Amino acid sequence: MLVLGIETSCDETAASVVEDGRRMLSNVVSSQIDIHRKYGGVVPELASRKHLETINFVIEQALSQAGCSFKELDGIAVTNGPGLVASLLIGLANAKAIAYAFELPLIGVNHIEGHIFSNFLKHPKNKFKTEKLLPPFIALVVSGGHSDLVFVEDYGKYELLGRTRDDAVGESFDKVAKLLHLGYPGGPIIDEISRKGNAEAIKFPLAHMKDDSLDFSFSGLKTAVVNFVKNHKLPTESQSIADIAVCFQRAAIKALVENTFCAIEEKKTKKLVLGGGVASNSHLRDVFKNRAEKNGIELYYPPPALCTDNAVMIGCVGYYKMDYSVVRPFKSLEAEANLELESWN
Amino acid sequence: MSFDISVNRFGIMKNRGWVKFTKSEEETRKIGRAIGKGLLPGDIICLVGELGSGKTTITQGIAQGLGVRGSVSSATFKLINEYKGRIPVYHFDLFRLDKLSEVEELGYREYFYNQGVTIIEWAEKMRPLWPEKRMEIELKIISENNREIKITNLIGREISLSGNSGNRDIN
Repeated sequence: MLVLGIETSCDETAASVVEDGRRMLSNVVSSQIDIHRKYGGVVPELASRKHLETINFVIEQALSQAGCSFKELDGIAVTNGPGLVASLLIGLANAKAIAYAFELPLIGVNHIEGHIFSNFLKHPKNKFKTEKLLPPFIALVVSGGHSDLVFVEDYGKYELLGRTRDDAVGESFDKVAKLLHLGYPGGPIIDEISRKGNAEAIKFPLAHMKDDSLDFSFSGLKTAVVNFVKNHKLPTESQSIADIAVCFQRAAIKALVENTFCAIEEKKTKKLVLGGGVASNSHLRDVFKNRAEKNGIELYYPPPALCTDNAVMIGCVGYYKMDYSVVRPFKSLEAEANLELESWN
Repeated sequence: MSFDISVNRFGIMKNRGWVKFTKSEEETRKIGRAIGKGLLPGDIICLVGELGSGKTTITQGIAQGLGVRGSVSSATFKLINEYKGRIPVYHFDLFRLDKLSEVEELGYREYFYNQGVTIIEWAEKMRPLWPEKRMEIELKIISENNREIKITNLIGREISLSGNSGNRDIN
């Protein structure tokens, strides 16, 4: 079964053809960062116009790389939230048009669900045996816009265990990087510079809640870094900058690890999957690997190309929703900025 | 209690400005809740303040005051969050934007002149586009947990901040 996935929830215009849910036939991602680099850096994020300009080309590329035509498809899967409404609409309108023209079922997919399912996909750079990965498991989705801890009992059966009450984890990386004048995007830069830092130099507060909940709070940690820089002045030597970066990174990731392993214990599962852009942070992977080994937990995470936004993961979810016959009349499918992760099985 | 400073200095309107000091996030949120209770459709709140000064925190309070039940988190990533309250709440966050033209591309007018309350974080990035009728809230970090919150009400209607202590005259 061939599913065309389409993803336009934020900066990336992406399309992909996925076979039988787990085999990626193409993965085309057009980042708006490239398009806008010539204008001097930061992207006008809301320019859904840019999605509009590239989407037809991206879809054509996805089909031609997969060596198939619209007529050979069995379904269209499209992200309908959460994300920027104006951006989501472009993907959705295109998906509806294709579904209508070729009389194909149209499946709306939750973006977070996509990040979780990216672990099911075979990819040349994926070192895990993805075919062995089956629910139940705990999933941690960490990115610039999300920090969600989810219990996946089965395909389409979710329980949200924790989420951020303020900033997303990737957002706190971006903000701290900006504060330290390190540039954008902050995640990879802080990850890199942290290698040189002394992890014991500063003690920042952990980014979780003081109550029993598994929610995160990255805003307090960010503020602690702001206060530290205020009290000590922004250091000029790269060593001190690296010290702040590494101590911040450790505090942020420690909260993710602690809450995730609490969830694992609570749900008595033996499997853990990571997803989202921050899941490619090297320190995060190391910490999770060590902890998982110690606790006898099977750990999965996607290769970097599937951690960031892509449409392969959307095609993957689409396949499973079709498999479980969760296809709604497409006229009622709408873009929802705050779409919640809902069970469909 | 609030101080009527505008009569002294501008002679225009009552309760136009306050400066408040808070000692915790919860106190900041509480001020937000009080403001939220007095807001009406079409009101626009411009929040100005450095990283970590409490813009999202006071927004959470304002949204609660407007009857929003769900969680209100940072809007940095999505640029605009919408919540359903007593009246709709549009939560802007311009952190990621650098140029005024990018703000213009947000289609902000459709929100400003709609049936909801608009709250804008990093509002200084669109200062030339600020409407005449607005509430400005400026937040400053005094120390780890202490914040100075300067509120200027240019909405054209009295909004009470009752039930809060720690006021100080704007002068």
